[in-house]
Amino acid sequence: MKPNLKKITQYRLFLPILCLVLVLLINIIKTPTFFQLSIRGGVLYGYIIDVINRASELVILAVGMTLVVAASGGTDISVGSVMAVAAAVSCFCLSGGQVSVTSYAMPWVVGLIAALVVATLCGAWNGFLVANMKIQPMVATLILFTAGRGIAQLVTKGQITYIRVDSYKYLGNFIPHVPLPTSIFVAILVVILTNMMLKKTSLGLYIQAVGINKDASRLVGIRSKRIIFFVYAFCGFLAGIAGMIASSRIYSADANNIGLNMELDAILAVALGGNDLAGGKFNITGSVIGAYTIQALTTTLYAMGVTADQVPVYKAIVVVIIVTLQSEEFKKWFAKMMQKNAERKLAKTAVGA
Amino acid sequence: MKTLKQKKAFNETSFLLKITITLFVVMYIIGMIVFREKGFAHFQTFLNLFISNASLIVIAAGLTIVMLTGGIDISVGSCVAMYCMMLANMMERQNMPATPAVIIVLLTGVLFGFVQGFLVSYLKIQPFIVTLAGMFFARGMTAIISVDMISIMNKQFLGWAQNKLFLPFGGYVNRKGIMIKPFIYPTVIIALVTLVIIFIMLKYTKFGRKIYAIGGSEQSSLLMGLNVRKTRLLAYVLDGFLVGIGGVLFCLNTCSGFVEQARGYEMEAIAAAVIGGTLLTGGVGNVFGSLFGVLIKGTIETFITFQGTLSSWWTKITIAALLAFFIILQSLLGSMKFTKKKSSC
Amino acid sequence: MQDDIMLSMHGITMTFPGVKALEDVDFTLNKGEIHALMGENGAGKSTLIKVLTGVYQMDSGEIHLEGVDHPIQNKSPEQAQEIGISTVYQEVNLCPNLSVAENIYIGREPKKHGFIDWKKMNAMASDLLKKLSIDVDVTVPVGHYSIALQQMVAIARAIDMRCKVLILDEPTSSLDEGEVAKLFNLMKGLKEHGVGIIFVTHFLEQVYEVCDRITVLRNGRLVGTFTTEELPRYQLVAKMMGKDFDDLASIKSLRTHKPSEDTVIDAEELGHRGTIKPFDLKVRKGEVIGLAGLLGSGRSELARCIYGADKPDEGDLKVKGKEFSSSHPIDSIHSGMAYLPEDRKKEGIIGDLSVKDNIIIALQAKKGTFHLLSKKDQEKFADEYIDLLQIKTRDRDTPVKSLSGGNQQKVIIGRWLLTQPDFIILDEPTRGIDVGTKTEIQKLVLQLADKGTSVMFISSEIDEMLRTCDHMAVLRDGTKVAELNESQLDQKTIMATIAGGSK
Repeated sequence: MKPNLKKITQYRLFLPILCLVLVLLINIIKTPTFFQLSIRGGVLYGYIIDVINRASELVILAVGMTLVVAASGGTDISVGSVMAVAAAVSCFCLSGGQVSVTSYAMPWVVGLIAALVVATLCGAWNGFLVANMKIQPMVATLILFTAGRGIAQLVTKGQITYIRVDSYKYLGNFIPHVPLPTSIFVAILVVILTNMMLKKTSLGLYIQAVGINKDASRLVGIRSKRIIFFVYAFCGFLAGIAGMIASSRIYSADANNIGLNMELDAILAVALGGNDLAGGKFNITGSVIGAYTIQALTTTLYAMGVTADQVPVYKAIVVVIIVTLQSEEFKKWFAKMMQKNAERKLAKTAVGA
Repeated sequence: MKTLKQKKAFNETSFLLKITITLFVVMYIIGMIVFREKGFAHFQTFLNLFISNASLIVIAAGLTIVMLTGGIDISVGSCVAMYCMMLANMMERQNMPATPAVIIVLLTGVLFGFVQGFLVSYLKIQPFIVTLAGMFFARGMTAIISVDMISIMNKQFLGWAQNKLFLPFGGYVNRKGIMIKPFIYPTVIIALVTLVIIFIMLKYTKFGRKIYAIGGSEQSSLLMGLNVRKTRLLAYVLDGFLVGIGGVLFCLNTCSGFVEQARGYEMEAIAAAVIGGTLLTGGVGNVFGSLFGVLIKGTIETFITFQGTLSSWWTKITIAALLAFFIILQSLLGSMKFTKKKSSC
Repeated sequence: MQDDIMLSMHGITMTFPGVKALEDVDFTLNKGEIHALMGENGAGKSTLIKVLTGVYQMDSGEIHLEGVDHPIQNKSPEQAQEIGISTVYQEVNLCPNLSVAENIYIGREPKKHGFIDWKKMNAMASDLLKKLSIDVDVTVPVGHYSIALQQMVAIARAIDMRCKVLILDEPTSSLDEGEVAKLFNLMKGLKEHGVGIIFVTHFLEQVYEVCDRITVLRNGRLVGTFTTEELPRYQLVAKMMGKDFDDLASIKSLRTHKPSEDTVIDAEELGHRGTIKPFDLKVRKGEVIGLAGLLGSGRSELARCIYGADKPDEGDLKVKGKEFSSSHPIDSIHSGMAYLPEDRKKEGIIGDLSVKDNIIIALQAKKGTFHLLSKKDQEKFADEYIDLLQIKTRDRDTPVKSLSGGNQQKVIIGRWLLTQPDFIILDEPTRGIDVGTKTEIQKLVLQLADKGTSVMFISSEIDEMLRTCDHMAVLRDGTKVAELNESQLDQKTIMATIAGGSK
């Protein structure tokens, strides 16, 4: 029995799956109808669907953040702001500069591409600062964190721009005749395509190598700078997608609120996923599970009467607990305590004998 | 026996500081010219920089201290909001007199700084992650204390807040022929006195010099026998205390507590410190530079206000642009330093 | 304690898990003497110093210091400093952002009315340095000054703290000739004041220039303490390398091919500032060239310069007849080079990755991002080399960091062999490997050479190189000083060339 238990706990996805199960249990206790599904108007409804739906942006951000953490040991705190920028660019293009429109000024695809290009450029800017100028990631991404929403505001000229066109709402809601929310498909697609990119090229290997040992990676011929630049640009790109989804949900660009606080959620998802925030080996599946766990946790907290503004307290505590458990110093102290305990027990038995 | 003589080498501290001060002076002069009509040149405009930013001055000083050790604290904005809410809550909902409320806030600041400092210094967790968690914790706590806005009516507190101190000089006569005297609030005096104390501490006490030392090289400091962990912890504790003071000053300005207060404040403080010449890598910087960083931010804000039509977001963008400029400048200077060594005769 | 003895260490033993770093070592330092502490890799010099300065606590032994009645046991660098033992490390441990004066006085600044008295501190620092014939602006951040000056400042700090014993750990590695001369003058001055100086170094010339006595350690044991005058260079080198082994069977008879006349590597005046002076070197196809010299003589640096790990500042390099300049190691790999680094932990293994990933990674980089090796191929290659090199691992997916040092080394060798290079540099490939495998690797080197691959072989064990090399380059003190062709390859000649000098 014992060796099996050890094997299970060492399985890489143990921590994230455990957390998810715990949170789902709490959810079920609070809301017995949690897993209930019903069909209304050709569309699936239920608490669980809601959780998975709302988690989509976070899942997408978490994928990008995982790679950033893995390759550079740093975090990108501008993702929320970049979402806002993407949303603003999209709405600006599609509204042709108006505050509220009922038909597209340009084809939807143009808005999409513009948003993604700008978002990727934001990521590239971050990548440039970190890879080429060798600035610490947190500080480098601080700039867009500060300026991003301002830029988004400027693009929409300080107003919330509304796109009251039905097809715009498809992305964040439902495509006609499809029973599941679109964002779920987008999230899954992002995860699958990213996985393919990482596994069908040597990028997955390179990112890990660079994160684990930059010097050795360089000597074996890996261009570390390019890899680091790439992950930040890619993270920006994904933030763009998330921004499009968020914008579609509210069929507008609200520069102040889109993506608000999502940076901590993304980092938390990566940490919950069993990834080491200092970089190196990574596990996207873990981060994805982490993202859904956080969304489920948020739902639980809401069910307990905690408001949206108050939820961050609990998230902060969870983050601190996880990084403490991950820290080398704590592990050392813990090992010493266990050893002392064992020695004490041994002494006791010796005395007793 | 030959002697080694060295020319006075390029000192980047004073270089960066000079750029900052020059920038401020230039901007202010431009303001005086462009907004001549609107009274930019009045002394009061200059004093308003201090009045609006008294809190930021103190907080930027706290942030400078932490950055000198090579760390950072992005929880300051949320903490300010939390402290304002605490003050409002204690005075209005718990009917506490102003003084004990203020003391409790200051003690909370110390405690908060201690916890963050412990995680950074003894558990060696990245300061960014610790203070990011702190930021969300504090902001959430603010909402837990109260989701609604609380206005402060406490007479004593309002008395402190609204106590205009008129200055005997620098006044002007307005169109109606009345002499308008310039004024400041006690918050300004508290801010400046705190700044001077911190400056003296950093320059003239062992503790202050240890802060510079551990930011310059942690390993060397250890080998020279300095207690690095304790010094770093105390730096965060001091920062927490200063954020407490800053929170009180901020509250004296707004006389209310609400959830969205001081959002983005940490960025302004960090920008002020960086623009003021504090290196992100630690070991270099001083609080007077940060003061000028704050004044520059204040000047930009004043421009925007006087201009009237630009959205206030322009302030944030300009600050971010300046921040980017200075960060890149610091990075370039850093790489230059190593290529210019080797100078003996 | 005798009158002229400053420090005596007796019976020092220090064990780490699995390794006896020091065994029953004695060391005595006289007053007013400059005493060299020498030894190759793993000799135990740095462990001895760390025991003395309180970084480590020794297992057994006694240390006595002049002026202290009882045996001393330093529990921390701070303590050691307090009783008068100061160390100046190779990576000068000063705070570059603080001024010269501050670095000297940090932690013990002079005060006035409770506040630091800057004026007094600066004056004191200036005076102190003037006494050492150094006239500099003490208010400038010390990081602006050259390493040489920083070292002087570090020494000044030690002196001001009234040290009795001054330990200089590889102080001259980053200094040019003029700076070294100044340092020696300073040391001689200290000598006259009765300070005992322990000079840890591997620069032979400098030892003979300035040291009174020499202590040699090898494999954690004391070889002996000698007066410089009485110990000829050749003997010193012999003692350091422990060359009293008997003749070993020559496996060279297994060679089937002779090196061809084609040149694979042609370096002209190639150099890298600060690590290796410009050198010329030609390597033929199918040749095994050894680099001989003491630790620190520049062997690894020369190899790194050719590979491009350290981009050369000057000179030209031709690879297989074509002009070559590398902007990134990937260029070197594409041109057919391979490099097994000396420090496998820092630059070799990618610890958390599996054995398989570590083996295929260089080949993957060579093939490019979009040409991923198929899982099948990856597994095939990994298994091939696990088998060939007898790598002991649970399976190919085990993280490489959990393997023993020797097996890790084999993984990296396998990594490079997989790329089928034309020219492979092996820097200490047999370090930490059991004897049986050492021989396997040496045989492997010969096989490679027979197949036409050129090998650059760096080893601290001359016998290994003797058994495999066609040709040898000898380095000393950061410069290539000689080349030995096949007829000259015997122990005596090699060691004499390494030692150099008139003795």
